Parts: sequence; C-alpha cells; structure tokens
Amino acid sequence: MTGDRKTRNKRGIKPARGKTTEKAFIGLCLAAVVLPLVLLVILIADVVIDSAGRLSLDFLLSYPSRKAEEAGILPGLVGSVYLIVLTAIMALPVGVGAAVYLEEYGRKGWLANLIELNISNLAGVPSIIYGLLGLEVFVRTIGFGRSILAGACTMALLILPIVIMASREALRTVPNSLREGAYALGATHWQVTRQVVLPMAFPGILTGSILAISRAIGEAAPLIVVGALAYIAFLPDSIDSPFTVLPIQIFNWVSRPQEEFLKNAAAGSVVLLLTLLILNSVAIYLRSRLQKRRTW
Amino acid sequence: MLVNASENTVPADQPADGATPDLQAGSKKFDVENLSAWFGEKKVLHGIDMQIQENRVTAIIGPSGCGKSTFIRCLNRMHEMVPGARNEGRILLDGQDIFSESVDPVLLRRRVGMVFQKPNPFVTMSIRDNVLAGLKLTRSLKREMGDEIVERALRRAALWDEVSDRLREPGAGLSGGQQQRLCIARALAVEPDVLLMDEPCSALDPIATAKIEDLVHVLREDYTIVIVTHNMQQAARVSDRTAFLMLGELVEFGDTNELFTSPREKRTEDYITGKFG
Repeated sequence: MTGDRKTRNKRGIKPARGKTTEKAFIGLCLAAVVLPLVLLVILIADVVIDSAGRLSLDFLLSYPSRKAEEAGILPGLVGSVYLIVLTAIMALPVGVGAAVYLEEYGRKGWLANLIELNISNLAGVPSIIYGLLGLEVFVRTIGFGRSILAGACTMALLILPIVIMASREALRTVPNSLREGAYALGATHWQVTRQVVLPMAFPGILTGSILAISRAIGEAAPLIVVGALAYIAFLPDSIDSPFTVLPIQIFNWVSRPQEEFLKNAAAGSVVLLLTLLILNSVAIYLRSRLQKRRTW
Repeated sequence: MLVNASENTVPADQPADGATPDLQAGSKKFDVENLSAWFGEKKVLHGIDMQIQENRVTAIIGPSGCGKSTFIRCLNRMHEMVPGARNEGRILLDGQDIFSESVDPVLLRRRVGMVFQKPNPFVTMSIRDNVLAGLKLTRSLKREMGDEIVERALRRAALWDEVSDRLREPGAGLSGGQQQRLCIARALAVEPDVLLMDEPCSALDPIATAKIEDLVHVLREDYTIVIVTHNMQQAARVSDRTAFLMLGELVEFGDTNELFTSPREKRTEDYITGKFG
C-alpha cells in the first residue's frame, strides 16, 4: 500500500519512472499472451503437417488395421460421440440439479461449506482415480462390464464436479433483487427458480457444461482403466458394446514402433481437435442465440 | 425547511385532512401490534405499534439504518426470507394476522405488492412479459386477456404512452425511471390491495422522481400505499400520514401536515429540521 502511494506521489515529479514500470508490465503481460499462442500454433501446425497425406475421408471411415496406411479412426470417432452423448445425458441433469439445490434450496451453513469444499476438491482429483472407481463400481460391482455404459458413467462422475461448480457460479450471478422481485409478486420458490433464475443463469450453465464435456472428450486414462479397447474392428451397437475413443486410438498409434503410425496419430489428433472445435462452436452459437433472444 | 415542507404538503385536489385526523374516512388496513424484528442476534425493530389506513399514503421516514425497510418488508413477509431474520408481534391485514399458520405468504404477497429501491425488471423478459410476470409466474393466462391487462397496468403506471409501440422489447432497455414504473405496473397487474414502496425514487433523477410521485397521488385512490423514503420533502409531498422511525423505534406517527409543521417530539423536530440524519 505504502509503496503504491510512493509511486503515485512521485509520478508528479518524475513521470518517467512510473511509465517505465508500466511499460515493462504491459510488455510482460503481452508476452504472457503471445508465448502460449505461438507454442499452440507451432503445435497445431506440426500435427497438421505430420498428418498430411493421411487425413482423408477414407481415414475417417476406416477401421484400425495392422497396415498404417489402411488404418482409420471410425470406431474411435463413433465411440467418442456415443460416449459423450451418454455422459452428457447423465452428468448434465444431475449436475445442474445439484447446483440448483445447493444454491437455491439448501440451507447455508457448515454442512453446505463442507460440501462445497469437497466438490471443488473432487474437481481436482486425477482422472485415473475416477477410472479406478469406475472399474470397481460400474464394471465389477454393478456389472456393466467393459461397456460404453460403464465408460460413460465413469466420465459422468469425472465431469460432475465441474458441471456443479460452473452451474453454481452461473446461478450466483443472478442478482438477488430479481428473486425478491418475483417473490414480491406472489411467486413460489419453484416458480422463481424455474422462470426467473434458471433462464438468466442458462448461458453460464451452458458454457460450463461445454467446458466439462470438452474435458471428457480428451480423456484417455480413466477409460483405459475401465477397459476401453485399443483395437476394435466394429462399431458399438448398444450401450453394452465394448468401445474405444479417439484419445485411446491416438495413444495406441503413438506407442507403435513403426514410423508410419505416427502419421495416423497426428491425423487422429486433428480429428480430435476438430471435434472439440465443432462442439465449442455449437455451444457458442447456442449461447449467443439465447442472448440475442434476451435483447430482442 | 419547515415552511417549505408545509407548502408542499397538500396539493390542491386533496382534502385538507391536516386539521383533524381523518380516521373515519380510511378504515384500518394494517394494524401493527408490538412488532419486533431481528437479523440474527441484532434487533432492528423494537415493538412497533402502527395503524395504516386504507386508501391513504403512509410515509415512513427516518435516518439510514433505522429499520424503515425492515418494517415494510415485514408487511408482506419478505423480511423472513433473509437467512437468520425473524420477527415477533402481530400484523393484522383486514383483521387477519398475516403471521398465522393459515396464511400462505405466497398468497399474502399477491395482495400486498412491492416496489423496490433499485428497479429490478426481469432481464430475460420483454416489457409485456414483465408486466404479466406476476400472472404468468403464478397461474395460466389467456392470451387475449394478456393484452388488456398489459395496457391497463401500463396506463395506471403512466408508462403506456412511452412504451406502447415496443412492448416486445426487453424491459432492461428502458431508462431507470421507466424501469421503475414498469416495476410498478408489474406489481399492479397482480391486482393487490396494498402497494409497498421501498425508497422507489432513490435511484432516479428529479424528473423521473416527480413522475413517480404524481403516480402515487393517483394510485392512492385505489390502493393503500406505504412508502419508505429518506427524502423528507418527498414524504411531505406524497403522503397523508407520516411515521418517523429512529433506531428501530417509532418516534412519532401522525398526519403528515402536523408532523412536519408542529412535531410533538424533540427528536422528530431535530430530524426534519436537518440537525442530524
């Protein structure tokens, strides 16, 4: 504080010094923006270049093969989509519901604080731990086996804390004055939540959910534990089917000794990145449409 | 200040009920008996007794933190919504205790509407939907009825002429004063008997304030109005009766004219002459 005041006092006398500090700080911040971006661009460019010649419609529509140039990503792609849809169906309603309860209904107190602390801790637990939990609970105890269902359940658990936290954050941004305004009109708790609070929090909830799902798409570790296969020559036809996902397929190709398979891995990475990009674009589009409806 | 206030008190069209308290004309709407209120351990209202008359404007004045807002928030049971808040005593609305088991606070609030300090239109809704919010939130609504209700409520709130051509636009796009009148229209659409106004003009400019005050004058014919204000001139201009609260106690309550020209209590006089507050 005192240091702050000193610089402010000196600024009148020696303008140069404050300016230099400020410029240095801005430069630092700029570097913090540019450096990761450059690295990211290099990384993406490298992957795209490596994938040259392998990325084609055939690649998307083929099954894995021992011959690198014939191998494709189809089971992984379909598996990923299948898994994500199932995960979302399970995690989003539960996560949003939990957030609504904690924010709008649950009493505040030490128990609420304890729950909050634990949820944020759960969000930081390494994903492999969720994999082990999924293996024990879903695969063995409940008996789902090494199926898409077991994988999706595990993934739903993994992203649940993230969905809950993001949704609570969104619900907290709804000003209390709006809740009071609705109560003063003679609305019940449920009517206030459903018609005033949730519509306003919805864009935020959507953004958080998309981030959570994006994370799930990129995860390989917990699914390896749960038993997703690395080599699969058919498409999943039900939620009981064995399956694989993009990250596992990529991981599998990377670990092959043959140089040729690295090209496949790169191409697979591009597919994974594009899937993420499409998913995020859809979310942003949806959100902006909702916001536009709000200001119409 | 004293002279100033008395000049503003009685508009031409208002009966001069300053001389004798006109208790007969307005029957009792609220009968507050020994009302105390707490926020956690902190007691903010100390045994208030007050009778609020029907079709009259009652102003609550007093320094910041004296419990004005808490008092009117007890009248529609909004006070108890705050975590840790509670109250004791009785409030009779048309003879019925609003704290009794048989009274549903949700239904009570449909009879006792409220306008808040800061305009709080629902940002996700259009002007039209804002007006209908109370009805839509609480029961189903026929479409052709809706148009009629919207127009009537907006006309009563003196907002119709300004917004009739853009009812589908968002309520949040209006100016502060318009937003506040929209909130009044929203409250009126539910057709309450009583309208509570918690410093409705504190966030508004003088012109918007004047519009709200004119509106209060018109609305008093159909509604019982309780208005909290920290602006003494406003209390003098709009109200029939004024209550002066200090540190959670009712210091003085009487006809506005009398209270501002010849206060009985020394503390009232000190406050309205600007010695503190």
